[in-house]
Amino acid sequence: MKAKGRVFRYQDNVDTDVIIPARYLNTFDPEELAAHCLEDLDPEFRQKVQPGDIIVAGKNFGCGSSREHAPLAIKAAGVSCVIASTFARIFYRNAVNIGLPILECPEAVQWTETGDELAVDFDRGEIVNLTKNKTFQAEPFPAFMKEIMAADGLINRVKAAHRGHAENSH
Amino acid sequence: MGMTMSQKILAVHAGLETVRPGQLIEADLDLVLGNDVTTPVAVHEFRKTGLTRVFDRKKIAIVPDHFTPNKDIKAAEQCRMIREFAREMGIEHYFEVGAMGVEHCLIPEQGLAVPGDLIIGADSHTCTYGALGAFATGVGSTDMAAGMATGRAWFKAPSALKFILQNKPRPWVLGKDIILHIIGRIGVDGARYKSMEFAGDGLAHLSMDDRFTIANMAVEAGAKNGIFPVDEKTVAYVQEHATKPWRVYEPDPDAVYDEEYVIDLGALKPTVAFPHLPSNTRTIDEVGEIAIDQVVIGSCTNGRLSDLRTAAQILKGRKVKKGVRVLVFPGTQRIYLEALREGIIADLVEAGAVVSTPTCGPCLGGHMGILAKGERAVATTNRNFVGRMGHPGSEVYLASPAVAAASALTGKLTDPAKL
Repeated sequence: MKAKGRVFRYQDNVDTDVIIPARYLNTFDPEELAAHCLEDLDPEFRQKVQPGDIIVAGKNFGCGSSREHAPLAIKAAGVSCVIASTFARIFYRNAVNIGLPILECPEAVQWTETGDELAVDFDRGEIVNLTKNKTFQAEPFPAFMKEIMAADGLINRVKAAHRGHAENSH
Repeated sequence: MGMTMSQKILAVHAGLETVRPGQLIEADLDLVLGNDVTTPVAVHEFRKTGLTRVFDRKKIAIVPDHFTPNKDIKAAEQCRMIREFAREMGIEHYFEVGAMGVEHCLIPEQGLAVPGDLIIGADSHTCTYGALGAFATGVGSTDMAAGMATGRAWFKAPSALKFILQNKPRPWVLGKDIILHIIGRIGVDGARYKSMEFAGDGLAHLSMDDRFTIANMAVEAGAKNGIFPVDEKTVAYVQEHATKPWRVYEPDPDAVYDEEYVIDLGALKPTVAFPHLPSNTRTIDEVGEIAIDQVVIGSCTNGRLSDLRTAAQILKGRKVKKGVRVLVFPGTQRIYLEALREGIIADLVEAGAVVSTPTCGPCLGGHMGILAKGERAVATTNRNFVGRMGHPGSEVYLASPAVAAASALTGKLTDPAKL
Protein backbone atom coordinates (compact mmCIF):
# COMPACT_ATOMS: atom_id res chain seq x y z
CA MET A 1 0.00 0.00 0.00
CA LYS A 2 1.44 3.34 -1.12
CA ALA A 3 0.54 7.03 -1.34
CA LYS A 4 1.96 10.04 -3.13
CA GLY A 5 0.88 13.65 -2.87
CA ARG A 6 1.49 17.28 -2.03
CA VAL A 7 1.70 18.40 1.58
CA PHE A 8 -0.57 20.62 3.65
CA ARG A 9 1.50 21.38 6.76
CA TYR A 10 -0.16 22.34 10.06
CA GLN A 11 0.97 22.96 13.64
CA ASP A 12 0.51 21.14 16.99
CA ASN A 13 -2.86 20.27 18.56
CA VAL A 14 -5.04 20.37 15.43
CA ASP A 15 -8.35 19.56 17.16
CA THR A 16 -11.43 17.81 15.81
CA ASP A 17 -13.47 21.02 16.13
CA VAL A 18 -11.36 22.66 13.42
CA ILE A 19 -11.14 19.46 11.35
CA ILE A 20 -14.94 19.38 11.16
CA PRO A 21 -16.87 22.00 13.19
CA ALA A 22 -19.80 20.69 15.23
CA ARG A 23 -22.22 22.93 13.31
CA TYR A 24 -21.90 20.43 10.44
CA LEU A 25 -22.40 17.29 12.54
CA ASN A 26 -26.12 17.11 11.79
CA THR A 27 -25.12 14.79 8.93
CA PHE A 28 -22.58 12.02 8.44
CA ASP A 29 -22.60 12.11 4.65
CA PRO A 30 -18.87 12.00 3.80
CA GLU A 31 -19.17 14.41 0.85
CA GLU A 32 -20.99 17.02 2.95
CA LEU A 33 -18.43 16.65 5.73
CA ALA A 34 -15.57 16.94 3.23
CA ALA A 35 -17.01 20.23 1.97
CA HIS A 36 -16.23 21.78 5.39
CA CYS A 37 -13.03 19.90 6.22
CA LEU A 38 -10.51 22.12 8.09
CA GLU A 39 -12.71 25.14 7.38
CA ASP A 40 -11.93 26.96 10.65
CA LEU A 41 -8.18 26.30 10.43
CA ASP A 42 -7.45 26.76 6.72
CA PRO A 43 -10.40 28.15 4.75
CA GLU A 44 -8.55 27.57 1.47
CA PHE A 45 -7.89 23.87 2.08
CA ARG A 46 -11.05 22.72 0.33
CA GLN A 47 -10.32 24.69 -2.84
CA LYS A 48 -6.70 23.59 -3.00
CA VAL A 49 -6.75 19.92 -1.99
CA GLN A 50 -6.23 17.34 -4.75
CA PRO A 51 -6.86 13.59 -4.53
CA GLY A 52 -3.85 11.92 -2.93
CA ASP A 53 -2.63 14.99 -1.03
CA ILE A 54 -1.12 14.48 2.41
CA ILE A 55 -1.68 16.31 5.71
CA VAL A 56 1.45 16.73 7.83
CA ALA A 57 1.10 18.18 11.34
CA GLY A 58 2.82 18.49 14.70
CA LYS A 59 1.95 16.73 17.92
CA ASN A 60 -1.43 15.62 19.28
CA PHE A 61 -3.24 15.72 15.91
CA GLY A 62 -6.99 15.12 16.28
CA CYS A 63 -7.29 16.04 19.96
CA GLY A 64 -10.70 16.76 21.42
CA SER A 65 -13.99 15.18 20.49
CA SER A 66 -14.48 11.52 19.57
CA ARG A 67 -16.34 12.44 16.36
CA GLU A 68 -15.50 9.88 13.69
CA HIS A 69 -16.70 12.56 11.28
CA ALA A 70 -13.18 14.04 11.55
CA PRO A 71 -11.25 11.23 9.82
CA LEU A 72 -14.29 10.65 7.56
CA ALA A 73 -14.11 14.29 6.40
CA ILE A 74 -10.36 14.08 5.76
CA LYS A 75 -10.69 10.81 3.85
CA ALA A 76 -13.61 12.05 1.76
CA ALA A 77 -11.69 15.25 0.93
CA GLY A 78 -9.30 12.97 -0.97
CA VAL A 79 -6.42 13.02 1.52
CA SER A 80 -4.40 9.81 1.16
CA CYS A 81 -2.58 9.92 4.46
CA VAL A 82 -2.00 11.97 7.63
CA ILE A 83 1.51 12.14 9.07
CA ALA A 84 1.98 13.73 12.50
CA SER A 85 4.55 13.85 15.27
CA THR A 86 1.90 12.23 17.50
CA PHE A 87 -1.85 11.61 17.34
CA ALA A 88 -4.55 11.98 20.00
CA ARG A 89 -5.66 8.47 20.86
CA ILE A 90 -9.36 8.55 19.88
CA PHE A 91 -8.53 10.07 16.48
CA TYR A 92 -5.86 7.41 15.94
CA ARG A 93 -8.34 4.65 16.72
CA ASN A 94 -11.04 6.17 14.54
CA ALA A 95 -8.69 6.64 11.59
CA VAL A 96 -7.64 2.99 11.75
CA ASN A 97 -11.24 1.86 12.14
CA ILE A 98 -12.44 3.70 9.03
CA GLY A 99 -9.33 2.92 7.00
CA LEU A 100 -7.60 6.33 6.83
CA PRO A 101 -3.84 5.62 6.78
CA ILE A 102 -1.90 7.53 9.43
CA LEU A 103 1.74 7.48 10.44
CA GLU A 104 3.66 8.95 13.37
CA CYS A 105 7.03 10.36 12.34
CA PRO A 106 8.38 13.48 14.14
CA GLU A 107 11.46 13.64 11.89
CA ALA A 108 9.42 13.73 8.69
CA VAL A 109 7.23 16.44 10.21
CA GLN A 110 10.25 18.52 11.15
CA TRP A 111 11.64 18.48 7.61
CA THR A 112 8.41 18.94 5.65
CA GLU A 113 6.73 22.15 4.46
CA THR A 114 3.50 22.96 2.70
CA GLY A 115 3.82 22.19 -1.02
CA ASP A 116 6.49 19.47 -0.65
CA GLU A 117 5.79 16.21 -2.46
CA LEU A 118 5.87 13.00 -0.39
CA ALA A 119 5.84 9.32 -1.31
CA VAL A 120 4.76 6.92 1.45
CA ASP A 121 5.16 3.15 1.63
CA PHE A 122 2.92 1.95 4.46
CA ASP A 123 4.12 -1.66 4.47
CA ARG A 124 7.68 -0.50 5.09
CA GLY A 125 6.80 2.64 7.07
CA GLU A 126 8.95 4.65 4.67
CA ILE A 127 8.31 8.34 3.96
CA VAL A 128 10.27 10.01 1.13
CA ASN A 129 10.23 13.80 0.76
CA LEU A 130 10.75 14.00 -3.01
CA THR A 131 11.09 17.81 -2.95
CA LYS A 132 13.85 17.80 -0.33
CA ASN A 133 15.25 14.42 -1.32
CA LYS A 134 15.13 13.04 2.23
CA THR A 135 13.92 9.67 3.51
CA PHE A 136 12.35 9.03 6.90
CA GLN A 137 11.42 5.85 8.73
CA ALA A 138 8.11 5.49 10.59
CA GLU A 139 6.78 2.39 12.36
CA PRO A 140 4.96 0.27 9.82
CA PHE A 141 1.45 -0.82 10.87
CA PRO A 142 1.59 -3.84 13.21
CA ALA A 143 -0.01 -7.06 11.95
CA PHE A 144 -3.04 -6.43 14.14
CA MET A 145 -3.86 -3.17 12.36
CA LYS A 146 -2.92 -4.45 8.92
CA GLU A 147 -5.64 -7.04 9.49
CA ILE A 148 -8.21 -4.31 10.13
CA MET A 149 -6.96 -2.35 7.09
CA ALA A 150 -7.01 -5.49 4.92
CA ALA A 151 -10.62 -6.11 5.93
CA ASP A 152 -11.28 -2.48 4.91
CA GLY A 153 -12.13 -1.38 8.42
CA LEU A 154 -13.09 -2.83 11.77
CA ILE A 155 -16.71 -3.54 10.88
CA ASN A 156 -15.85 -5.87 8.04
CA ARG A 157 -13.55 -7.74 10.40
CA VAL A 158 -16.44 -8.11 12.87
CA LYS A 159 -18.67 -9.27 9.98
CA ALA A 160 -16.13 -11.89 8.92
CA ALA A 161 -15.69 -13.10 12.51
CA HIS A 162 -19.46 -13.30 12.98
CA ARG A 163 -19.80 -15.37 9.81
CA GLY A 164 -17.01 -17.71 10.94
CA HIS A 165 -18.57 -18.04 14.39
CA ALA A 166 -21.98 -18.87 12.91
CA GLU A 167 -20.50 -21.53 10.63
CA ASN A 168 -18.37 -23.13 13.32
CA SER A 169 -20.61 -23.26 16.33
CA HIS A 170 -24.20 -23.32 15.17
CA MET B 1 5.28 -5.67 38.82
CA GLY B 2 2.06 -4.43 40.42
CA MET B 3 -0.89 -3.06 38.51
CA THR B 4 -2.72 0.25 38.60
CA MET B 5 -6.51 0.43 39.14
CA SER B 6 -7.03 0.83 35.41
CA GLN B 7 -4.82 -2.12 34.51
CA LYS B 8 -6.62 -4.34 37.04
CA ILE B 9 -10.05 -3.55 35.62
CA LEU B 10 -8.82 -4.20 32.08
CA ALA B 11 -7.15 -7.49 33.07
CA VAL B 12 -10.28 -8.85 34.75
CA HIS B 13 -12.46 -7.93 31.77
CA ALA B 14 -9.98 -9.57 29.39
CA GLY B 15 -9.93 -12.75 31.47
CA LEU B 16 -6.25 -12.28 32.25
CA GLU B 17 -4.30 -12.44 35.51
CA THR B 18 -2.30 -9.36 34.61
CA VAL B 19 -1.78 -6.84 31.84
CA ARG B 20 1.33 -4.76 31.27
CA PRO B 21 1.45 -1.30 29.68
CA GLY B 22 1.36 -1.49 25.89
CA GLN B 23 -0.22 -4.95 25.83
CA LEU B 24 -3.02 -5.31 23.27
CA ILE B 25 -6.07 -7.01 24.70
CA GLU B 26 -9.70 -7.68 23.86
CA ALA B 27 -12.07 -7.22 26.78
CA ASP B 28 -15.74 -7.66 27.70
CA LEU B 29 -17.76 -4.46 28.06
CA ASP B 30 -20.27 -3.60 30.79
CA LEU B 31 -21.77 -0.67 28.88
CA VAL B 32 -21.63 0.74 25.35
CA LEU B 33 -22.81 4.35 25.02
CA GLY B 34 -23.64 6.75 22.19
CA ASN B 35 -25.32 10.09 21.53
CA ASP B 36 -27.27 11.65 18.63
CA VAL B 37 -24.10 12.75 16.80
CA THR B 38 -22.11 9.52 17.07
CA THR B 39 -24.84 6.86 17.14
CA PRO B 40 -26.15 7.46 13.58
CA VAL B 41 -22.68 6.63 12.22
CA ALA B 42 -22.53 3.59 14.53
CA VAL B 43 -25.95 2.38 13.36
CA HIS B 44 -24.84 2.78 9.74
CA GLU B 45 -21.77 0.64 10.50
CA PHE B 46 -23.73 -1.86 12.59
CA ARG B 47 -26.11 -2.47 9.67
CA LYS B 48 -23.15 -3.53 7.53
CA THR B 49 -22.57 -6.53 9.81
CA GLY B 50 -25.94 -7.98 8.83
CA LEU B 51 -26.67 -8.65 12.51
CA THR B 52 -30.29 -8.38 13.59
CA ARG B 53 -29.66 -8.04 17.31
CA VAL B 54 -27.24 -6.33 19.67
CA PHE B 55 -25.07 -8.32 22.08
CA ASP B 56 -27.13 -7.32 25.12
CA ARG B 57 -30.02 -4.87 24.99
CA LYS B 58 -29.48 -3.97 28.68
CA LYS B 59 -25.84 -2.99 28.23
CA ILE B 60 -26.27 -0.30 25.60
CA ALA B 61 -27.27 3.28 26.36
CA ILE B 62 -28.30 5.83 23.73
CA VAL B 63 -28.78 9.44 24.77
CA PRO B 64 -29.85 12.05 22.20
CA ASP B 65 -28.39 15.11 23.93
CA HIS B 66 -26.21 17.09 21.52
CA PHE B 67 -28.65 18.65 19.04
CA THR B 68 -31.80 18.01 21.07
CA PRO B 69 -34.50 19.20 21.36
CA ASN B 70 -33.95 18.81 17.61
CA LYS B 71 -32.23 21.95 16.36
CA ASP B 72 -33.05 21.50 12.66
CA ILE B 73 -34.43 19.02 10.15
CA LYS B 74 -31.16 17.14 9.67
CA ALA B 75 -30.73 16.73 13.43
CA ALA B 76 -34.34 15.54 13.66
CA GLU B 77 -33.66 12.92 10.98
CA GLN B 78 -30.57 11.69 12.85
CA CYS B 79 -32.55 11.42 16.08
CA ARG B 80 -35.33 9.55 14.31
CA MET B 81 -32.80 7.08 12.93
CA ILE B 82 -31.40 6.22 16.37
CA ARG B 83 -34.86 6.18 18.00
CA GLU B 84 -36.02 3.61 15.44
CA PHE B 85 -32.85 1.58 15.90
CA ALA B 86 -33.31 1.56 19.68
CA ARG B 87 -36.91 0.43 19.28
CA GLU B 88 -36.04 -2.26 16.73
CA MET B 89 -33.23 -3.66 18.89
CA GLY B 90 -35.21 -3.36 22.13
CA ILE B 91 -32.49 -1.22 23.70
CA GLU B 92 -33.60 -0.68 27.26
CA HIS B 93 -31.62 2.46 28.05
CA TYR B 94 -32.74 4.81 25.30
CA PHE B 95 -33.52 8.21 26.82
CA GLU B 96 -36.00 10.35 24.92
CA VAL B 97 -36.33 14.10 25.45
CA GLY B 98 -38.22 14.35 28.73
CA ALA B 99 -36.26 11.49 30.28
CA MET B 100 -32.84 12.40 29.00
CA GLY B 101 -30.05 14.63 30.15
CA VAL B 102 -26.51 15.43 29.19
CA GLU B 103 -25.22 11.87 28.87
CA HIS B 104 -22.37 12.02 31.38
CA CYS B 105 -24.62 13.56 34.02
CA LEU B 106 -27.37 11.05 33.21
CA ILE B 107 -25.53 7.71 33.08
CA PRO B 108 -24.19 7.78 36.69
CA GLU B 109 -27.49 9.21 37.94
CA GLN B 110 -29.31 6.27 36.33
CA GLY B 111 -26.94 3.81 38.01
CA LEU B 112 -25.60 2.60 34.66
CA ALA B 113 -21.97 3.18 35.61
CA VAL B 114 -20.66 1.59 38.81
CA PRO B 115 -17.24 0.87 40.35
CA GLY B 116 -15.22 -1.74 38.47
CA ASP B 117 -17.14 -1.38 35.19
CA LEU B 118 -15.46 -1.33 31.80
CA ILE B 119 -17.30 1.20 29.65
CA ILE B 120 -16.79 2.59 26.17
CA GLY B 121 -18.75 5.52 24.86
CA ALA B 122 -18.81 7.20 21.48
CA ASP B 123 -18.20 10.51 23.18
CA SER B 124 -14.82 11.69 24.37
CA HIS B 125 -16.08 12.67 27.83
CA THR B 126 -17.08 9.10 28.65
CA CYS B 127 -14.03 9.21 30.94
CA THR B 128 -16.32 11.00 33.46
CA TYR B 129 -17.31 7.65 35.04
CA GLY B 130 -13.80 7.18 36.34
CA ALA B 131 -15.05 9.29 39.25
CA LEU B 132 -16.89 6.14 40.37
CA GLY B 133 -13.84 3.87 40.12
CA ALA B 134 -14.81 2.52 36.70
CA PHE B 135 -12.56 2.28 33.63
CA ALA B 136 -14.40 4.40 31.09
CA THR B 137 -13.03 5.77 27.84
CA GLY B 138 -14.18 7.59 24.75
CA VAL B 139 -14.12 5.89 21.36
CA GLY B 140 -15.54 6.57 17.91
CA SER B 141 -18.68 5.36 16.21
CA THR B 142 -17.15 2.27 14.60
CA ASP B 143 -15.93 1.06 17.99
CA MET B 144 -19.43 1.68 19.32
CA ALA B 145 -20.88 -0.38 16.46
CA ALA B 146 -18.44 -3.25 17.05
CA GLY B 147 -19.16 -3.00 20.78
CA MET B 148 -22.92 -3.21 20.21
CA ALA B 149 -22.37 -6.23 17.95
CA THR B 150 -19.92 -8.20 20.07
CA GLY B 151 -19.87 -6.75 23.59
CA ARG B 152 -16.11 -6.53 23.26
CA ALA B 153 -13.48 -3.97 22.32
CA TRP B 154 -9.72 -3.96 21.80
CA PHE B 155 -7.50 -1.86 24.01
CA LYS B 156 -3.85 -1.05 24.44
CA ALA B 157 -3.32 -1.32 28.18
CA PRO B 158 -2.20 2.13 29.36
CA SER B 159 0.56 3.18 31.69
CA ALA B 160 -0.46 5.75 34.29
CA LEU B 161 0.26 9.09 35.86
CA LYS B 162 -0.49 9.40 39.57
CA PHE B 163 -1.87 12.63 41.02
CA ILE B 164 -1.58 12.80 44.79
CA LEU B 165 -4.03 15.46 45.96
CA GLN B 166 -3.26 16.80 49.43
CA ASN B 167 -5.03 19.07 51.92
CA LYS B 168 -8.30 20.95 51.73
CA PRO B 169 -9.13 23.40 48.94
CA ARG B 170 -9.89 26.99 49.93
CA PRO B 171 -13.40 28.44 49.52
CA TRP B 172 -14.40 28.88 45.86
CA VAL B 173 -11.78 26.39 44.70
CA LEU B 174 -13.77 23.61 43.05
CA GLY B 175 -13.14 20.43 41.06
CA LYS B 176 -12.95 22.54 37.89
CA ASP B 177 -10.07 24.60 39.27
CA ILE B 178 -8.19 21.44 40.25
CA ILE B 179 -8.43 19.85 36.81
CA LEU B 180 -7.68 23.12 34.99
CA HIS B 181 -4.60 23.51 37.20
CA ILE B 182 -3.49 19.97 36.32
CA ILE B 183 -4.06 20.45 32.56
CA GLY B 184 -2.22 23.77 32.73
CA ARG B 185 0.67 21.96 34.35
CA ILE B 186 0.96 18.88 32.11
CA GLY B 187 -0.50 20.21 28.84
CA VAL B 188 -3.21 19.00 26.47
CA ASP B 189 -1.14 15.94 25.58
CA GLY B 190 0.52 15.52 28.98
CA ALA B 191 -1.36 12.30 29.68
CA ARG B 192 -1.74 11.16 26.07
CA TYR B 193 -2.66 7.45 25.93
CA LYS B 194 -2.27 7.17 29.73
CA SER B 195 -4.48 6.76 32.76
CA MET B 196 -4.72 9.61 35.24
CA GLU B 197 -5.08 7.98 38.66
CA PHE B 198 -6.01 10.18 41.60
CA ALA B 199 -5.01 9.53 45.20
CA GLY B 200 -4.22 11.33 48.45
CA ASP B 201 -5.89 12.70 51.57
CA GLY B 202 -7.29 15.63 49.59
CA LEU B 203 -9.84 13.33 47.97
CA ALA B 204 -11.82 13.31 51.20
CA HIS B 205 -12.61 16.99 50.60
CA LEU B 206 -13.95 16.44 47.08
CA SER B 207 -17.65 15.81 46.51
CA MET B 208 -18.76 13.29 43.91
CA ASP B 209 -19.67 16.23 41.68
CA ASP B 210 -16.11 17.60 42.00
CA ARG B 211 -14.75 14.16 41.06
CA PHE B 212 -17.06 13.89 38.03
CA THR B 213 -15.75 17.27 36.86
CA ILE B 214 -12.12 16.22 37.29
CA ALA B 215 -12.51 12.80 35.61
CA ASN B 216 -14.57 14.42 32.82
CA MET B 217 -11.66 16.59 31.70
CA ALA B 218 -8.99 13.87 31.80
CA VAL B 219 -9.42 13.68 28.02
CA GLU B 220 -8.42 17.36 27.78
CA ALA B 221 -4.97 16.26 28.95
CA GLY B 222 -5.05 13.55 26.27
CA ALA B 223 -5.70 10.77 28.79
CA LYS B 224 -7.34 7.47 27.97
CA ASN B 225 -9.14 7.57 31.31
CA GLY B 226 -9.15 9.25 34.68
CA ILE B 227 -9.95 7.20 37.76
CA PHE B 228 -10.64 7.74 41.47
CA PRO B 229 -10.43 5.23 44.29
CA VAL B 230 -13.74 4.16 45.82
CA ASP B 231 -14.45 5.63 49.26
CA GLU B 232 -17.50 6.15 51.45
CA LYS B 233 -18.74 9.01 49.22
CA THR B 234 -18.59 6.77 46.17
CA VAL B 235 -20.39 3.99 48.02
CA ALA B 236 -23.11 6.36 49.19
CA TYR B 237 -23.57 7.63 45.61
CA VAL B 238 -23.74 4.13 44.14
CA GLN B 239 -26.17 2.92 46.79
CA GLU B 240 -28.43 5.87 46.08
CA HIS B 241 -28.42 5.43 42.29
CA ALA B 242 -27.54 1.90 41.22
CA THR B 243 -28.92 -1.58 41.60
CA LYS B 244 -26.47 -3.50 39.44
CA PRO B 245 -23.53 -5.33 41.09
CA TRP B 246 -20.23 -3.50 41.47
CA ARG B 247 -16.70 -4.26 42.52
CA VAL B 248 -13.92 -2.20 44.05
CA TYR B 249 -10.40 -2.30 42.63
CA GLU B 250 -7.42 -0.77 44.34
CA PRO B 251 -3.99 -0.20 42.87
CA ASP B 252 -1.29 -2.63 44.00
CA PRO B 253 1.12 -1.10 46.53
CA ASP B 254 3.93 -1.69 44.01
CA ALA B 255 1.98 -0.37 41.01
CA VAL B 256 4.28 1.47 38.61
CA TYR B 257 3.53 5.02 37.44
CA ASP B 258 5.29 6.97 34.69
CA GLU B 259 5.20 10.09 36.87
CA GLU B 260 3.82 11.16 40.23
CA TYR B 261 2.54 14.68 40.83
CA VAL B 262 1.87 16.02 44.32
CA ILE B 263 -0.73 18.79 44.35
CA ASP B 264 -1.45 20.91 47.42
CA LEU B 265 -5.14 21.67 47.01
CA GLY B 266 -4.85 24.30 49.74
CA ALA B 267 -2.52 26.34 47.53
CA LEU B 268 -4.78 26.39 44.46
CA LYS B 269 -6.73 29.45 43.33
CA PRO B 270 -9.74 29.70 41.03
CA THR B 271 -8.34 29.03 37.56
CA VAL B 272 -9.41 30.05 34.06
CA ALA B 273 -8.35 28.52 30.72
CA PHE B 274 -7.88 31.24 28.10
CA PRO B 275 -8.47 30.70 24.38
CA HIS B 276 -7.76 28.45 22.56
CA LEU B 277 -6.53 25.50 24.62
CA PRO B 278 -7.68 24.07 27.99
CA SER B 279 -4.00 24.13 29.04
CA ASN B 280 -3.72 27.90 28.55
CA THR B 281 -4.51 28.57 32.20
CA ARG B 282 -4.16 31.55 34.50
CA THR B 283 -5.17 31.94 38.12
CA ILE B 284 -8.00 34.39 38.72
CA ASP B 285 -5.66 37.04 40.16
CA GLU B 286 -3.73 37.06 36.87
CA VAL B 287 -6.57 37.30 34.34
CA GLY B 288 -6.63 41.07 33.92
CA GLU B 289 -9.67 42.86 32.47
CA ILE B 290 -11.55 40.47 30.21
CA ALA B 291 -15.00 41.75 29.30
CA ILE B 292 -17.54 39.05 28.40
CA ASP B 293 -20.75 38.86 26.38
CA GLN B 294 -22.10 35.50 27.50
CA VAL B 295 -21.96 33.11 30.45
CA VAL B 296 -22.74 29.40 30.05
CA ILE B 297 -23.30 27.30 33.18
CA GLY B 298 -23.90 23.61 32.52
CA SER B 299 -22.50 20.73 30.39
CA CYS B 300 -21.21 17.27 31.26
CA THR B 301 -18.38 19.03 33.10
CA ASN B 302 -20.41 21.32 35.39
CA GLY B 303 -24.15 20.80 34.96
CA ARG B 304 -24.76 18.96 38.22
CA LEU B 305 -26.83 20.04 41.21
CA SER B 306 -23.91 21.34 43.27
CA ASP B 307 -22.78 23.41 40.26
CA LEU B 308 -26.19 25.05 40.03
CA ARG B 309 -26.21 25.55 43.81
CA THR B 310 -22.86 27.32 43.61
CA ALA B 311 -24.11 29.59 40.82
CA ALA B 312 -27.33 30.38 42.72
CA GLN B 313 -25.41 31.07 45.92
CA ILE B 314 -23.58 33.86 44.07
CA LEU B 315 -26.45 35.16 41.93
CA LYS B 316 -29.24 35.05 44.53
CA GLY B 317 -30.61 38.50 45.30
CA ARG B 318 -28.35 40.14 42.71
CA LYS B 319 -28.72 41.05 39.05
CA VAL B 320 -26.55 39.95 36.15
CA LYS B 321 -24.70 42.78 34.45
CA LYS B 322 -26.86 44.51 31.87
CA GLY B 323 -25.98 43.29 28.38
CA VAL B 324 -24.51 39.96 29.54
CA ARG B 325 -26.41 36.85 28.44
CA VAL B 326 -26.42 34.16 31.14
CA LEU B 327 -27.51 30.68 30.03
CA VAL B 328 -27.97 27.83 32.53
CA PHE B 329 -28.34 24.19 31.49
CA PRO B 330 -29.24 21.69 34.23
CA GLY B 331 -27.54 18.38 33.36
CA THR B 332 -30.59 16.14 33.63
CA GLN B 333 -34.32 16.27 34.20
CA ARG B 334 -33.79 15.10 37.78
CA ILE B 335 -31.21 17.81 38.45
CA TYR B 336 -33.59 20.36 36.93
CA LEU B 337 -36.42 19.16 39.18
CA GLU B 338 -34.29 19.18 42.32
CA ALA B 339 -33.04 22.66 41.45
CA LEU B 340 -36.65 23.77 41.06
CA ARG B 341 -37.61 22.30 44.43
CA GLU B 342 -34.64 23.91 46.17
CA GLY B 343 -35.54 27.31 44.74
CA ILE B 344 -32.30 27.47 42.74
CA ILE B 345 -34.08 27.99 39.44
CA ALA B 346 -36.10 30.90 40.86
CA ASP B 347 -32.92 32.50 42.19
CA LEU B 348 -31.23 32.18 38.80
CA VAL B 349 -34.19 33.52 36.81
CA GLU B 350 -34.71 36.41 39.23
CA ALA B 351 -31.07 37.34 38.77
CA GLY B 352 -31.60 37.54 35.00
CA ALA B 353 -30.34 34.16 33.79
CA VAL B 354 -32.25 31.96 31.39
CA VAL B 355 -32.66 28.28 32.20
CA SER B 356 -32.87 25.73 29.42
CA THR B 357 -33.87 22.11 29.13
CA PRO B 358 -30.81 19.79 29.37
CA THR B 359 -28.73 19.79 26.18
CA CYS B 360 -25.08 19.88 25.13
CA GLY B 361 -26.13 22.70 22.75
CA PRO B 362 -23.75 25.63 23.22
CA CYS B 363 -20.77 23.67 24.59
CA LEU B 364 -19.94 22.41 21.11
CA GLY B 365 -21.38 25.33 19.18
CA GLY B 366 -24.39 23.23 18.21
CA HIS B 367 -27.31 25.47 19.14
CA MET B 368 -28.84 27.41 22.07
CA GLY B 369 -26.19 30.05 22.60
CA ILE B 370 -23.88 30.40 19.59
CA LEU B 371 -21.30 33.21 19.68
CA ALA B 372 -20.89 35.86 16.96
CA LYS B 373 -17.55 37.00 15.60
CA GLY B 374 -15.50 38.74 18.28
CA GLU B 375 -17.78 37.71 21.16
CA ARG B 376 -16.43 36.25 24.38
CA ALA B 377 -17.99 33.71 26.73
CA VAL B 378 -16.98 32.42 30.10
CA ALA B 379 -18.23 28.85 30.24
CA THR B 380 -18.19 25.98 32.71
CA THR B 381 -17.74 23.66 29.74
CA ASN B 382 -14.63 21.71 28.75
CA ARG B 383 -13.15 23.00 25.47
CA ASN B 384 -12.17 26.42 24.19
CA PHE B 385 -10.80 25.48 20.77
CA VAL B 386 -11.15 27.88 17.81
CA GLY B 387 -14.84 28.06 16.86
CA ARG B 388 -15.92 25.73 19.66
CA MET B 389 -18.97 27.80 20.67
CA GLY B 390 -19.64 29.48 17.36
CA HIS B 391 -17.79 31.83 15.03
CA PRO B 392 -14.09 30.99 14.59
CA GLY B 393 -13.41 34.57 15.67
CA SER B 394 -15.16 34.12 19.04
CA GLU B 395 -13.50 33.21 22.34
CA VAL B 396 -14.31 30.83 25.19
CA TYR B 397 -12.83 31.10 28.69
CA LEU B 398 -13.23 27.93 30.75
CA ALA B 399 -13.96 28.34 34.45
CA SER B 400 -15.82 26.96 37.46
CA PRO B 401 -19.50 27.73 38.13
CA ALA B 402 -18.36 30.14 40.88
CA VAL B 403 -16.14 32.18 38.55
CA ALA B 404 -18.79 32.03 35.81
CA ALA B 405 -21.52 33.31 38.13
CA ALA B 406 -19.31 36.03 39.59
CA SER B 407 -18.39 37.13 36.06
CA ALA B 408 -22.09 37.25 35.15
CA LEU B 409 -22.57 39.96 37.78
CA THR B 410 -19.68 42.16 36.68
CA GLY B 411 -19.50 41.50 32.93
CA LYS B 412 -15.83 40.57 33.16
CA LEU B 413 -13.78 37.66 34.49
CA THR B 414 -14.17 37.95 38.26
CA ASP B 415 -12.91 36.27 41.41
CA PRO B 416 -15.97 35.16 43.43
CA ALA B 417 -14.09 36.03 46.63
CA LYS B 418 -13.88 39.68 45.50
CA LEU B 419 -17.62 40.28 45.14
